[in-house]
Amino acid sequence: MTAIDPKFTALRGAVDMTHGAGGRAMADLIRDVFFKHLANDYLAQGNDGALLGKVGGRLVMATDAHVISPLFFPGGDIGALAVHGTINDVAMMGARPLWLSASFVLEEGFSLAALEKIVASMALAAREAGVPVVTGDTKVVEKGKGDGVFISTTGIGVLADETDVSGSNARPGNAILVSGTMGDHGVAILSKRENLEFETEIVSDSQPLHDLVAAMLACAPGVRVLRDPTRGGLSATLNEIAHQSKAGMVIREAAVPVKPEVSAACELLGLDPLNIANEGKLIAICDAADAEALLAAMQAHPKGRDAAIIGEVVVDARALVRMHTRLGGMRVVDWIAGEQLPRIC
Amino acid sequence: MKFVDEYRDQKLARTIAAAIAAEADPGRSYHFMEFCGGHTHAIFRYGVQDLMPENVHFVHGPGCPVCVLPVGRLDDAVELAERHGVILCTYGDMMRVPGTKQRSLIRAKADGADVRMVYSTLDALKIARENPDRQVVFFAIGFETTTPPTGVAIKVAAAEGLNNFSVFCNHVLTPAAIGHILDSPEVRGFGIVKIDGFLGPSHVSSVIGSQPYEFFAEEFQKPVVIAGFEPLDVMQSVLMLIRQVNEGRHEVENEYTRVVTQEGNLKAQALVNEVFELRKSFEWRGLGTVPYSALRIRDAYAGLDAEKRFELSVKVSKEVKSCECPSILRGVKKPTDCKLFGTVCTPQNPVGSCMVSSEGACAAYYSYSRFRDRKPADLEAVE
Repeated sequence: MTAIDPKFTALRGAVDMTHGAGGRAMADLIRDVFFKHLANDYLAQGNDGALLGKVGGRLVMATDAHVISPLFFPGGDIGALAVHGTINDVAMMGARPLWLSASFVLEEGFSLAALEKIVASMALAAREAGVPVVTGDTKVVEKGKGDGVFISTTGIGVLADETDVSGSNARPGNAILVSGTMGDHGVAILSKRENLEFETEIVSDSQPLHDLVAAMLACAPGVRVLRDPTRGGLSATLNEIAHQSKAGMVIREAAVPVKPEVSAACELLGLDPLNIANEGKLIAICDAADAEALLAAMQAHPKGRDAAIIGEVVVDARALVRMHTRLGGMRVVDWIAGEQLPRIC
Repeated sequence: MKFVDEYRDQKLARTIAAAIAAEADPGRSYHFMEFCGGHTHAIFRYGVQDLMPENVHFVHGPGCPVCVLPVGRLDDAVELAERHGVILCTYGDMMRVPGTKQRSLIRAKADGADVRMVYSTLDALKIARENPDRQVVFFAIGFETTTPPTGVAIKVAAAEGLNNFSVFCNHVLTPAAIGHILDSPEVRGFGIVKIDGFLGPSHVSSVIGSQPYEFFAEEFQKPVVIAGFEPLDVMQSVLMLIRQVNEGRHEVENEYTRVVTQEGNLKAQALVNEVFELRKSFEWRGLGTVPYSALRIRDAYAGLDAEKRFELSVKVSKEVKSCECPSILRGVKKPTDCKLFGTVCTPQNPVGSCMVSSEGACAAYYSYSRFRDRKPADLEAVE
């Protein structure tokens, strides 16, 4: 595990069963770790739930459990990831995320200093994104029944009346775009796996995308599909959309942005960058007429600098995703079969 | 990416494709067997078939280590993990291959057996060192390429006195399999399977060299071109094969000169020879019993041989009858000839071994190429 920053070492020792027992130890943990870092007016209400304000518009809700191993990885940690992952799920509906909840399952024996580091990182991520954690919960399980810490987050967002984003909205002729390079997160995690450690400069792309989405919708309100290619990567996500929309897709391998370091790691490990997870990238599908303007808006945003148009939606009753290979042939881009590299988010 | 992009370059691909189209005689057809699953995978993954004229056909061979392991040996591995309670270390693809009654190592693991996926034999040794009170067995499979690392593990374990480690050896030999195919009634007698030449193994040849193929080229009068696993290697080798066929030659040529030499890796050969010896016969899925086609651990290292350490029951191992893997491995049938292909049998739910490994013909066809058997109504013209 990554060395703990000395400024968090005020807390010593480890999580024990009393931290989940509802007594003094639990109250201290909540005060000294969770409230200390996540502090906001909603948490300060001090009730069993948070009283939220009135919202004008349709609501969107999304939830995500985070079980990643290792907990600290190049470019992030489970705390920041738990914030980014759920904000992105809300944002992929075209919504503006407003609030988050967080619940922690802690394993007996887990370092309190590491926990504080995770919560501090979560708080920083929430502050930077402008989406507060308004309610939470903590449970402790016996040693051996968890893996340090699992975090579930739920997000609520509000949707503008004119926005209609759904995986079932892709139509033949639409353009398919991605916001940046594929596979960074998965390769960063992989490089730290036991038995597999290798030296790489690659860091996770874990980041919230709601600001990029807002910029995209401002430029092209008719965006039809938004989705973040997390587990299973670009391949799985395009296949999901193709099936939901009952349409095929044709993409161009040469147009899909992949960092050379990611390509190299995938070559060595026998993996396909298109199958590797991302935590800070999105796929967008829009009318062909809007594609260039949307691409320009994405590239003008710091989180979409490497955006590219990678292909188009086509008529296909079997909803296959196909790809023109760099070599000049054609192949199917399929869901990966079998075991995904475990616990990447 | 350096040393990768050069071998997948579209411009070069078009140049070679044009040469193939110009030199392939339209009055005949060409059937080339790519022995290795690595070639099969490259052909499908990069869409090499799209760059070939219609009269050039690839016949997919049996060179996928996961595919050719017979069900009985897999059942033995499951027994080692379940009945003998060992920590069974295996390469990833082997986990999902269904044995008798569809029992796979991954199912055994779900039911509590200690099966661990490793990336190398060194990982298995590490597990053995960390678990001195447990028996640890490495499930060794593969052709000449994976044999030397197994040999290293055996020597290291012997030197360290790692008494809880052993190897379940299933290493097989490429030349024996090629000879068996060429001698089979389907190829030699009835001519059901047409083979005009071979794309020779690439990684295997880096170990054994190009010399072992000279016998086939001569005896069976078939050209062999040792080909690298990159798509341009495959295309260049096809061009070399076409030239040999057109000129009536049947020689061993080496396209993969950046790695393969005539004599191969002598150090690796010596190591393999020191640790292993020939089995009189070994059963292959698809090919049946092939004489002198596999290796076992020499008596000097008998203490590290899992087959000697553990008593394995004699069992009646059964493959699913309607699965066409055996015929597909011999090149007699294509994946799409199988009734189960794409319906009952998919990479998510494999019935036969050819659908498990990414080097298996069925998995490669399903994952990369199944748009080719579409009905016209499925698709408007988009290309």
